[in-house]
Amino acid sequence: MLGLRLERGPAPLWLRALIPVVAILITFLIVSVLIVAAGANPLETFYQLLIVPLTKSSQRAELLVKVTPLLLTGVAVTFAFASGYYNIGAEGQLLAGALAAAWIGRQFEFGSPWVAIPAMILGSFLAGMLWALSPALLKVRLGVDEVVTTLLLNSVMLFFITALLNGPWRNDAGWPQSPDIFPAAQFPQLFERTRIHLGFVIAVVALLVLWWVFTRTRFGLEVRAAGIGPVAARFMGVRVGRVMLMAALISGGIAGLAGASEVAGVHFHLIDAISGGYGYTGIIIATLGALTGPGVALAALFIALLDIGILSTSRELGIPVYLGDVIQACLLLVALATLLLNRYSFRRIQRD
Amino acid sequence: MPPAIEMDKVTKRFGALVANDQVDLVVQPNEIHALLGENGAGKTTLMKVLYGLYQPDQGEIRIGGQPVRLKSPADAITHHIGYVSQHFSLVPTFTVAENILLGYEGAAILDRDAMHRAVAETARLYGFSVDPGALVRDLSVGQQQRVEILKALFRQCRVLILDEPTAVLTPQDAASLFDTLRELQQKHLSVIIITHKLEEVMAISQRVTVLRLGKVVGRVATADTTAAQLANLMVGRNTVIVTRNTDHRASEKVALEVDDLRAIDKRGVPLLRGISLAVRAGEVVGIAGVAGNGQSELVAVLGGSLAPDSGRVRVNGREIRLGDPRTITSVGVGRIPEDRLKGIVGDLTVAQNLTLEHIDEYSQAGHLNFKAIRETAEQLIKDYQIKARPGDHARALSGGNIQKIILARTLSRNPAVVIAAQPTRGLDVGATEYVHQKLLEQKARGAAILLVSEDLDETLILSDRILVIYEGQIVGEFAAGSADTEAIGLLMAGSTLKRGAAEAVEPT
Repeated sequence: MLGLRLERGPAPLWLRALIPVVAILITFLIVSVLIVAAGANPLETFYQLLIVPLTKSSQRAELLVKVTPLLLTGVAVTFAFASGYYNIGAEGQLLAGALAAAWIGRQFEFGSPWVAIPAMILGSFLAGMLWALSPALLKVRLGVDEVVTTLLLNSVMLFFITALLNGPWRNDAGWPQSPDIFPAAQFPQLFERTRIHLGFVIAVVALLVLWWVFTRTRFGLEVRAAGIGPVAARFMGVRVGRVMLMAALISGGIAGLAGASEVAGVHFHLIDAISGGYGYTGIIIATLGALTGPGVALAALFIALLDIGILSTSRELGIPVYLGDVIQACLLLVALATLLLNRYSFRRIQRD
Repeated sequence: MPPAIEMDKVTKRFGALVANDQVDLVVQPNEIHALLGENGAGKTTLMKVLYGLYQPDQGEIRIGGQPVRLKSPADAITHHIGYVSQHFSLVPTFTVAENILLGYEGAAILDRDAMHRAVAETARLYGFSVDPGALVRDLSVGQQQRVEILKALFRQCRVLILDEPTAVLTPQDAASLFDTLRELQQKHLSVIIITHKLEEVMAISQRVTVLRLGKVVGRVATADTTAAQLANLMVGRNTVIVTRNTDHRASEKVALEVDDLRAIDKRGVPLLRGISLAVRAGEVVGIAGVAGNGQSELVAVLGGSLAPDSGRVRVNGREIRLGDPRTITSVGVGRIPEDRLKGIVGDLTVAQNLTLEHIDEYSQAGHLNFKAIRETAEQLIKDYQIKARPGDHARALSGGNIQKIILARTLSRNPAVVIAAQPTRGLDVGATEYVHQKLLEQKARGAAILLVSEDLDETLILSDRILVIYEGQIVGEFAAGSADTEAIGLLMAGSTLKRGAAEAVEPT
């Protein structure tokens, strides 16, 4: 009798390519149960969720608006994770960037966009970097666990912003939101009658930079070596601490850019709900994307599609919007579980 | 009387690798049986099958004539089989009695005195002198091994398997272990001893089964054979047992100078206690010692991974900054790391592993020069006969080929000094010979080589001079050609008897 057996060993390529597909299918099976419980037809739901948005041009444009912060946080998290630095603080770093952008945007009442916009991009990058600096230094110098410190700093930044918006930055109408940034600082729209803005270009550039650094540069090779085999990398002369610090700071900076992009491209002012968890979603995207440029692009598009689709699906079929979050969370868990398959191979065996 | 153990056509596969191929093993009651073979011949796998740790793919096991299925070590223990692996499974902060009774306590409430009495009784029965109340961490390695054996005996084992028991012992401890084994034989136990050392087979066993590449290639009574015959069976050709190096051509120039290195670990235990040594160009200096006497720390300091608390290192007369691998390699020190898996990044490619150490030379303005990386990789793969393609992941390679990657990237740069730590550990004969040949080529070229090896034979074969390390100090120096292995063994064991005599030997 012939049978299949699971054995330890590097998985063949076809299996690795299949893993994301398997993860998505399993997730849909799990979620189907919830959809049925919510009184809807799973197949119709998935059709509404994933296909319908792509058939409408307005929705396609919204997809690119939605994917902008997700790409940026996905790229940010990937930079850090690849170096072995588990930055869970992209959310806080995004907020720091948003805070900087909201302030810089108020400094150019009569200025030119050619000055205001670069100043905002640079300022938010530096702000994100600065917010990422102390946990990174603590990790590299003293070995303090970065998962805890970066995670906690997210709340610190969120509450700092909430305090600011309820105090000195409260707008004239009394809402907890900052005064609008001046027009010179607002990101230009890329196409008529869409909300696609300069931030999308920044996100694509960040993605290309990620891909280029990881595949073409010495620094990228050192980041990956430090992430996969820190002991061996150190032995071969890679300054693992320095490489990790650099990666953590770049990660913070790129997350900061996501904040600027949301302030200057979408809201034009700072609110405490400016992110709504993009920093955390970035972790899902980086993981689903297997810490590679193309993977992150696909994962970000998929998550953005879910985010867009769930709104119309909820309206059409009367299912809760939170199902979108459930799908994302399930997908992450299933992806982590199925990634273990990477370490196994199936072998055909002969049984007597 | 049926045989104590019969393993009948046992086959064990790991993926494509056939670790045991139709292996037959018969052990009689009251017999010390040697299982001889090189590293990787399948000895340990076979014994793990017998101890229930692995399930055989084919074949049958009979104990006392009865077929058995051993699904776990618990089954094996029920059938009175005991196993002492190379790595002891003792809790250092527990007493001897607690370790022996662990998992065998009987009642929920422990009666310390009863425990001690039970252990002392077993020890007395088999002629062991151990203190049941002593903490295991205070015992020497030899004593800890004795505790492991006692643990098996306490569980009423009738067949005791010992996996390379002398690998961690000094020659004196090994002799005393053999006395113990003979004692056990008197008490009608069978012993299976896994080894790759011929002298041990000749000294202790009555019968021997020789494995090569997973197959049985010989099964003889020890009295009817000779060490040379066994060596022949084991490696499949005539080998020279130990030919000592006689080709001394060191120059006068001192290439590596180590001056009073001291290092203390986190708990304040001194690891290096003032190590000084010098290696001349064209010379191999071997460091002999039992594992854990400061060799790892010495290698770590000289490799740049550890900054010592004090001391100086000069390469070609120039003092170098310690604690930074990059500085060390930049002054022409090549390093073969103790653990080769810590010398490569497994998930990077062969080409990347060959070039990462000197990545400056393969990049311009931060950009990788893929053409140069590929050309170097192809050249080194050819020169060093690495069985891999440049794009393969290093992880997928065999130990020998991984070691070749490290040799290639280190030796191709013609280093002035080579720090070779355990360069052949776990390698088969072919790969070992290849490594030796490459090191001797470096010596002929004029490199100064510091060889740190736990294999005394290897040290004897390659070295011009041998230094013995004990508790972080160099305690003796010998000219390799005339070194007395017994004197070396005594110094390795910390004996002071011959230290004066050893120091009187003039270095070459």
